[in-house]
Amino acid sequence: MTPAVSVTDLGKDYVLSGETIHALRGVSFDVPLADYISIMGPSGSGKSTLLNVLGCLDRPSSGRFMLSDVDVSQMNDDQRAEIRASRIGFIFQSYNLLPALTVVENIEIPLYYSGQLDPRSRVRCIELAEMVGLGSRLDHRPTQLSGGQQQRVAIARSMVNNPEFILADEPTGNLDTATATEILDLLDRLNRQGRTIIMVTHEHDVAQRTKRAIVLRDGRIVSDERY
Amino acid sequence: MSTLTVWLRTFQLAGKSLWMHPLRSSLTVLGIFIGVSSVIWLLAIGEGIGRAAQEQIASLGAQNIMVRTVKPSGDEFQDSGYGLTRKDYVRLLATVPTLEKVIPIRITTAEFRNHTRVLEGRLVGSTPDYAIVTRLRLDRGRFISDADIEHERNYCVIAAETAQRLFPFGEPVGRQIMINEEFYTVVGVMKPRAPSAGIGGSLAAEEFDRDVYIPITAMWRRIGDMNVVIKPGQFQRDIYEISQLTLRVVDRDSVLPTADVIRSTIEVAHDLPDFAVTVPLELLEQARTTQIMFILFLGLIAAISLVVGGIGIMNIMLATVIERTREVGIRRALGAKKRDITRQFLTESVVLSVTGGALGVLGGLFCGPLTLLARKGFERFLPNQWEVLPALIKTVEPSLIPWSIPLAFTISVLVGIIFGVYPAARAASLDPIEALRHE
Repeated sequence: MTPAVSVTDLGKDYVLSGETIHALRGVSFDVPLADYISIMGPSGSGKSTLLNVLGCLDRPSSGRFMLSDVDVSQMNDDQRAEIRASRIGFIFQSYNLLPALTVVENIEIPLYYSGQLDPRSRVRCIELAEMVGLGSRLDHRPTQLSGGQQQRVAIARSMVNNPEFILADEPTGNLDTATATEILDLLDRLNRQGRTIIMVTHEHDVAQRTKRAIVLRDGRIVSDERY
Repeated sequence: MSTLTVWLRTFQLAGKSLWMHPLRSSLTVLGIFIGVSSVIWLLAIGEGIGRAAQEQIASLGAQNIMVRTVKPSGDEFQDSGYGLTRKDYVRLLATVPTLEKVIPIRITTAEFRNHTRVLEGRLVGSTPDYAIVTRLRLDRGRFISDADIEHERNYCVIAAETAQRLFPFGEPVGRQIMINEEFYTVVGVMKPRAPSAGIGGSLAAEEFDRDVYIPITAMWRRIGDMNVVIKPGQFQRDIYEISQLTLRVVDRDSVLPTADVIRSTIEVAHDLPDFAVTVPLELLEQARTTQIMFILFLGLIAAISLVVGGIGIMNIMLATVIERTREVGIRRALGAKKRDITRQFLTESVVLSVTGGALGVLGGLFCGPLTLLARKGFERFLPNQWEVLPALIKTVEPSLIPWSIPLAFTISVLVGIIFGVYPAARAASLDPIEALRHE
């Protein structure tokens, strides 16, 4: 069966003030459908670079990145935007909700860019808000919500396009332990429903809740183990 | 997904973002508002002034040509006389076929008496057509007739104020007044007429309300060609036969060629520059040219204010882009293409400029009443300065040019686009990864 995500010998070089930095030096792994993996590593290990490549925000310098059966590694800016809009769900450490918009409107944003906005999409957004437990706060603005609630909105937003996988960047980094547990419970639930999740974190106890941990150091995978 | 939904959402979004900073947005809108309404206002005022000037000239009659006697400089003409002659009159009548009417006019000042009541005013000798070309209207009685001309009758028609002053209690028609030691029977009284305005020095302003009109033949016969003014320390004698010939040309197209013929016809008989030809049609065309220049000039000023408004938009949009770098990053991460970002910011600047444009059009429509208000205020609070203003400014009625409204509105939309493109492009070119990290 085709894995949801498959990277082969991925490399990424930067030129920073005349000096070439090898952020990724040949990273390969597959993520099967409905898997739940965490990517760990100290700062400077290439974690963020890998995240940007997996999120189609950046292009790898070498290697291949397959999203199901599509090679996205050589796509241009517009094509990658389309992939981001329709096949990847993003969850950020700092939630990244738009302050001018309500809960429902925030959830709706990816639909707007994937061209799926229609009169029924409002209903879907409300359903998602209810699923993450914010059914009573549909018209609130992000500033009227707690951090945990904002992250729930972000999770609902990441689901709205029914993406191939969810890419979460330190989703609990800004939250207290109790709230973090709630968020992780929510992610667990999504995974049990068959959603593929890739999470970047540097906290071991967070990583331990996933099914598999990949550890990076100096742009290489140093360990890849299943719990 | 329907395009309509997307556009609807795009505008909704733009409105929302702008509403986040109401003061900032309204100040930007104000800039465009001022630009657009000043386009409409200045064009309306330019048109109003131009129209007033044209109406003044048109009131002289576009089909008319005036030939006036001009006193040459120096004293040596005191005895010989100067100006247009009866011979000129006859020759023009006989030799210029495109003339429909030739009206000789001789004007002097004189004293009019009714027993002990005395009034000094203009004594005008002319023909029946005089009333037509000067647009004088008869109040009662009749005007000078052809028979009066033929028989050189000592009849007169008096203007409204003359009648009022000489006959304050009785009916003047049928009574007699004394002019130059001779009696003239009043046969008609004119209605009051507003003074005609002078036009740029080539034609003096005229007042009509103290006039007395007599047949020109009677004037030549009974009063003669000499006009003597005796005042303390001054003795002045002028000899001239005709003050002015007003000529009506058969049609408008012949006016300019006829004017040339008249010039040369009179010129051959005159050694001195003692006459002047005024062609209202020429003036009218000059006035049109002047008006176009004027409107262009005012339009330029207004355009500058629109550009300033546009710079305001650009300024605000650039600030907005920097402020919302993170939003751009989020939107890009969630799947926005560069052109989606461009569209979003461009829509915002167009919404700003269109709002300003629409309000500006409304403001432009109130041009008339507001000008009136401004005039009243000026008159009341700065009466001295008001006094010295030229009449044209005191009385100008702005006249809305219909095409100025779509023009101003279109320009405002264009301003929004032109000044919005750069900030929008700048937003779109932000690197999504950098933008996401932006605090």
